[in-house]
Amino acid sequence: MAKKILTEHINVPGIETFDVYRRQGGYTAVEKALKTMTPDEIVEETKKSGVRGRGGAGFPMGMKWGFLAKPEGVPRYLVCNADESEPGTFKDHYLMKSIPHLLIEGMIIGSFALGAKKSFIYVRGELMYVIHILEKAIAEAKAAGFLGQNILGTGYDLELIVQSGGGAYICGEETALLESLEGKRGNPRNKPPFPAVKGLYQSPTVVNNVESIANMPWIINNGADAYAGIGIGRSTGTKLISASGHIKKPGVYEIELGVSVEEFLNSDEYCGGIRDGHHLKALVAGGSSVPILPAHLIMKTANGEDRLMSYESLSDGGFATGTMLGSGGFIVFDETACIVRNTWNFARFYHHESCGQCSPCREGTGWMEKVLHRIEHGHGSMHDVDLLVDISKKIEGNTICPLGDAAAWPVASAIRHFRDEFMWHITNPHEASQPGAVYQGEMALV
Amino acid sequence: MEETKPQLIKITFDGIEVEVEPGTTIMQAARKIAEADESQGHLVPPAMCYYKPLPTSGGKCRACLVKVAQGSAKDPRPMPKLVPSCITQVQEGMVVENTTNQGVLDTRKSIVEFLLINHPLDCPICDQAGECHLQDFAFEHGSVKTRYEEDRRTFDKIDIGPFVQLHMTRCILCYRCVYTADQITDKRVHGVMNRGDASEISTYIEKAIDNDFSGNVIDVCPVGALTDKTYRFKNRVWFSKPEDAHCDCSKCSGKVTLWYRGDEVIRVTARKNTWGEVNEFICNTCRFERKKTSDWVLEGPTKVKRSSVISANKYRADLIKKPDFALKLAATQFKPIDDTREFVTDGETIRQQSIENNDKANHRSLLAKNN
Ligand SMILES: Cc1cc2nc3c(=O)[nH]c(=O)nc-3n(C[C@H](O)[C@H](O)[C@H](O)COP(=O)(O)O)c2cc1C
Ligand code: SF4
Ligand code: SF4
Ligand code: FES
Repeated sequence: MAKKILTEHINVPGIETFDVYRRQGGYTAVEKALKTMTPDEIVEETKKSGVRGRGGAGFPMGMKWGFLAKPEGVPRYLVCNADESEPGTFKDHYLMKSIPHLLIEGMIIGSFALGAKKSFIYVRGELMYVIHILEKAIAEAKAAGFLGQNILGTGYDLELIVQSGGGAYICGEETALLESLEGKRGNPRNKPPFPAVKGLYQSPTVVNNVESIANMPWIINNGADAYAGIGIGRSTGTKLISASGHIKKPGVYEIELGVSVEEFLNSDEYCGGIRDGHHLKALVAGGSSVPILPAHLIMKTANGEDRLMSYESLSDGGFATGTMLGSGGFIVFDETACIVRNTWNFARFYHHESCGQCSPCREGTGWMEKVLHRIEHGHGSMHDVDLLVDISKKIEGNTICPLGDAAAWPVASAIRHFRDEFMWHITNPHEASQPGAVYQGEMALV
Repeated sequence: MEETKPQLIKITFDGIEVEVEPGTTIMQAARKIAEADESQGHLVPPAMCYYKPLPTSGGKCRACLVKVAQGSAKDPRPMPKLVPSCITQVQEGMVVENTTNQGVLDTRKSIVEFLLINHPLDCPICDQAGECHLQDFAFEHGSVKTRYEEDRRTFDKIDIGPFVQLHMTRCILCYRCVYTADQITDKRVHGVMNRGDASEISTYIEKAIDNDFSGNVIDVCPVGALTDKTYRFKNRVWFSKPEDAHCDCSKCSGKVTLWYRGDEVIRVTARKNTWGEVNEFICNTCRFERKKTSDWVLEGPTKVKRSSVISANKYRADLIKKPDFALKLAATQFKPIDDTREFVTDGETIRQQSIENNDKANHRSLLAKNN
């Protein structure tokens, strides 16, 4: 069995309660951190562990903490990003509803390390029941003296506040999240200034994903070296993968970074393989925002090496032949899936979720959706495919926040790898627009 | 104590060196170049959302994206992406490429395209036509054809308050009016609702902004989305004659531009600077109620410097440099006509002629009215 850091105790009955969590060794990391370590030592430990942000960008967490500005007399904040709305990603939800104290324990350690006296967990609006679970857990932790005034007699005060979002994907973007937390419209901010300098209420702020923060108790208990010993190369530790699509066992799995894609997809410990009688056609490895890969580039990289579940291996080959680990939303397509329809579906999502502040994303996402809709419904023309590529290029890199890129990549990559399928839709409009029709032409399946 | 002058920062913009104060943006540095030498006006990046008098505006439309080829003297690496020049601060030794970089120009062309796909292009019936920044932007940086074949988004016209009408269909979501409303009132009643291309400018539950300075949203709007109801369909701007005037107003500076048709003041606006920006907002009384010459002390004709058809002969053939499609089109599709009239270049003659033309036009419209 692979090493479990986050989900080790997740199936213990009653683990969502303080008592059971405590009996499993919970909150010992808070005791250790607050009583025997200085904030700087914790930041150092985090840096040494090599843990990277699990929200999508994979930025080293310790380094982010080290960047936090510390001007005199200005409060600092730690904000947990629990807005999880990326299609194909549902790990934070699972973690918070099953073992809420793990996140709270991580938040206490993180807040102490950063010198935050007030910290926030921003939860996507649809997850009201999770908010209730978190609030209950916070009340328990407070009653046990792990939150509130003078925690464990160390003189450290911390208030932890759960805030519900309004159900907008864009509020997962860290600066939009901060705007929303301030009670404003969730429009991403232009950067610089970065949140580390001017974040929540214009004060230095760190925003981290749920899973990133939930790693902290283990790192404190077991040491950075033990954490860095798990995984492969610069992809240290474990990662929660949300597996969905045409596989036998969809669900959330904790993997050691570095297992092969083949093992993850086919072994019974994880996805259990493609459903019977079908073949692998394509994979979105890291949530809807990352480039889609065709079958022949999934198990092996372009130069024939085994493709591993790690930041480096998945992005091997750049966007030409690789993709990204992203937030770990592993969406599997077999030969019954229509790539054009799926691309349209993703485009529709980004069109719907664009905040509308900057012109390339506001106008470009809608344009791409409409063109894809036309192609899917049998009204495409030959130049539409190149038009889509051109629109995606004009959005990419020219927007305020990465949502523009996230909208452009799925479209550009689908055309890069499945151009024939788009062409078939255009040249056989009648056939292609029948319900359930899928391209049967030449392509590699695994 | 001796006063220390802030160290000036030197940057290179399109090959021209300029020294500016720390904290200056690339856009302001470029404007400084153009203010020192008017012939360099074309180097200044276009701004569709940035509006200097409105703090925190800018960064949204992406019209002003430029290439930073060298970040600073200390860190000479180029910046990986194009940056919005309106909000990016200069660094010592920075090298910026605007009109000298093809990638920047291509991107700008696509920004025009993006802004136009959902725009109704109803210039012939739009009051803003002639002083519309989107027209100028499209004319200077756009392409002649559209690749957009889909439906355009539309909204119903709504009145916001007794004086201002919102044509949301024309709006480019620059947020200038939102910032203006934020600054002139502490009750936040004007903002953006919904997301993406369904976003719309709105007053809180259709509440009219009954603020004394609400009319200024008309002046800051770069397009014809917010228009003056007292001026609706009265005239084309190029047929009216702007005169600077002032009055002794208890609420605002009283410094305005009066727009004449014949002897009649058909519109009052705040004064705009070279960059089309209003530095001194005016009150609604001056704007909507003082429409007689006797209400004002006239100062003389308004000097309109750039970015408007009113700045005489903007579209004159020999001044058109970009885009060349106009010339190409002219070369292929139009027959030469025998026109022996001379080009007039001196300002006074042009003014006289425009007054005459204006009067003729007014005369015609008067005739039409009387018949
Ligand atoms: C459009 C958009 C949506 C995002 N949504 C989320 C999200 O739901 N959860 C999340 O943790 N990060 C999300 N991110 C990434 C955050 O901006 C940010 O990078 C992350 O929260 C940082 O945490 P980390 O360093 O721990 O990964 C999103 C980014 C973008 C551009
Ligand atoms: S890229 Fe899209 S979502 Fe991000 S700020 Fe611009 S319009 Fe908003
Ligand atoms: S109404 Fe005018 S000023 Fe307001 S956002 Fe739209 S274009 Fe900008
Ligand atoms: S003027 Fe700079 S982004 Fe709009």
